[in-house]
Amino acid sequence: MGIYYSFTDYNVLTPPRWAGLANYTAMFADDRFWNSLGVTIEYVVINIGAQTILAVLIAALMHRLTRSTWVRSLVLTPYLVSNVVTALVFLWMLDTQLGIVNHVITAMGGGAVGFWTTEGAVIPTVALVNVWRNMGYTALLIFAGLQGIPETLYEAGRTDGASETKMFFRITLPLLRPILALVLIMTIIGSFQVFDTVAVATAGGPADASNVLQMYIYQKAFGEFDFGYASALSVALMIILVIITAIQYKVTRAGETDLD
Amino acid sequence: MSLRRPSIRRALTAALTACLIGVTGCSSQGGGGRTAINYWLWDANQLPSYAKCIAKFEEQNPQITVRINQLGWNDYWTKLTASVVADSAPDVFTDHVGRYPELLKLGVLQPLDELPATSGIKDTDYEPGLAKLWTGPDGHRYGVPKDYDTVAIMYDKTKLADAGITDAQLADATWNPTDGGSFEKILARLTIDRNGRRGDQKGFDKSHIKQYALGTDAKVDYAGQTNWSPFALSTGWYYTNRPTWGTRFNYDQAQFQNSLAWYVGLSQKGYMPKYGQFGQSVTTDQQLASGQVALSLNGSWMLRTYANLKTVKLGIAPVPSGPIGHPVSLYNGLGDSISKSSKHKEEAAKLVAFLGSDTCQNIVGTDAVVFPARPSGTARAIQTYRKAGLDVTPFTDRVKTGQTALYPLVYHGSEISSLMQPTLDSVWIGTTPVSAMTGLNTKVNAILAGK
Repeated sequence: MGIYYSFTDYNVLTPPRWAGLANYTAMFADDRFWNSLGVTIEYVVINIGAQTILAVLIAALMHRLTRSTWVRSLVLTPYLVSNVVTALVFLWMLDTQLGIVNHVITAMGGGAVGFWTTEGAVIPTVALVNVWRNMGYTALLIFAGLQGIPETLYEAGRTDGASETKMFFRITLPLLRPILALVLIMTIIGSFQVFDTVAVATAGGPADASNVLQMYIYQKAFGEFDFGYASALSVALMIILVIITAIQYKVTRAGETDLD
Repeated sequence: MSLRRPSIRRALTAALTACLIGVTGCSSQGGGGRTAINYWLWDANQLPSYAKCIAKFEEQNPQITVRINQLGWNDYWTKLTASVVADSAPDVFTDHVGRYPELLKLGVLQPLDELPATSGIKDTDYEPGLAKLWTGPDGHRYGVPKDYDTVAIMYDKTKLADAGITDAQLADATWNPTDGGSFEKILARLTIDRNGRRGDQKGFDKSHIKQYALGTDAKVDYAGQTNWSPFALSTGWYYTNRPTWGTRFNYDQAQFQNSLAWYVGLSQKGYMPKYGQFGQSVTTDQQLASGQVALSLNGSWMLRTYANLKTVKLGIAPVPSGPIGHPVSLYNGLGDSISKSSKHKEEAAKLVAFLGSDTCQNIVGTDAVVFPARPSGTARAIQTYRKAGLDVTPFTDRVKTGQTALYPLVYHGSEISSLMQPTLDSVWIGTTPVSAMTGLNTKVNAILAGK
């Protein structure tokens, strides 16, 4: 249905009018679309990069150091908070005037940082807020993968005198690849769809610096009633996701395992 | 946007009061064979007055029940558009000039001159010019004016006295885009850096300010209602080629660009906070209340909030007089509209007519939350404030003397606003020159011409 609307001029209230490729030609000429795509990719890179590294570390620590269910539950807690609540809480905590983070920074002699209001800082801020929320969940998925690695391998490693770090890079990471690949495919798709944090905290500002693709789609559809154009943007997002997922699947050989 | 947006906290409390006041709000059934109609508004400050009006209306029309629903500015429009799409729009709702052209284009507004209760309404019943804002390009009436608003400068008398400036000097200030006139000199005097030096003194440190002269909104938008508009308008500039339903914007004109450049330049001079320094969380009235700014340019709908500030000895001055020889304020007003999809249009029209009548407007006027659209209601509001020792004529005199310019009434308001916002942000931040508005103006005109 969305694909059909993307070829029409449609405002929801009156029947769609066929517009051919008009929405797509407009999209390719639209600076704000390309900007939003760039912003989204910047977000995904920071978000996924930081989140994956942290999640693997947390999972490895949980795997090697403790088996406590309490720790596992604790790691998952941020994930239980809804996106909107997370955004609101961080919106206040990172506020330039009233935020506790800036109070600490100024108390230590620094200048207040406009986390949400500086063009260069806003996407890293949004990305890291979502890392905080999602890394526990990702860590848990990876942790599940770690449990599939036979303990005998580590015993063998220890007998040969390998250090924990060495075992992490030689045993854990390579055997984790299929799980990691799957987790990456899932989190990247989720990451491309970032919306709520931006909608709550910045609405795309300042100067479109956080105008991620989903935000732009929302603004076009529900702000300007241009559902045809918004559908074209959504189709573009879908195509991007399909391509990225296909590449990932190929490159990471997600369907195979090295344990056999 | 610098329109009418209560803070999050205020919106939440208001949502609660809406339920607690319980006139008819939050009940789901009309009951007893009576017709129930829905009425929406966004301004929490106005809710108590309109609740009184509606109680009176129900007394006079026992067969009609009105359910009031109050939502904060942003949620209001999200929910309204969603309800329009879902075919569950309220029968009657408060409408804004920046928004109704879109609704009109979507065909969801009922022409009020076609309903018996509202067909007799005349333009001359209201303050001059107001009714024009609610007349569509087709000549039909799509909203009944309920109030009007202008802008003025609200300030802390103590800070003015400390700087050695008299109230009369501020009231008579003149401004021009070249050197800022006597108004800029006042701004310099009112700015204090962390070493206690004022903006017009030697060794003034513009990057470490303790007290700014002028407070700011979170954003400057395409209308600049409570930020750049009084300056640009006082050069004789106007947004569009026609007073209403313009087909071309004038953002490419030098008068506008110089005025905007002067305004955002205040941040570079240290007289006004920079973009994002206060963000969304600390509004300009709160900036004044916290003592971080001396002057605050704001609309009359915020008057009640300012009058209640405990930390400030409040004074009100007109916006400065510009190159055309007098001050100019943006002039806007809210109206009540009826949904075309309403199943109770006749009852809805009765309510709209009542809300715009002297009976209701005098109630609203006496409470003095806004200036009612009818002259007698406004007179009452002025009286109420005078009793409290506050002269609000810097707001009302603009209308009396015709020193106003109408809020830009054009199609595609949201689209234009969304298109212009990123550039306006970066002009204020200082990363884009104001001349970028010329290219933007071409795009805006293309939108107006396009569909």
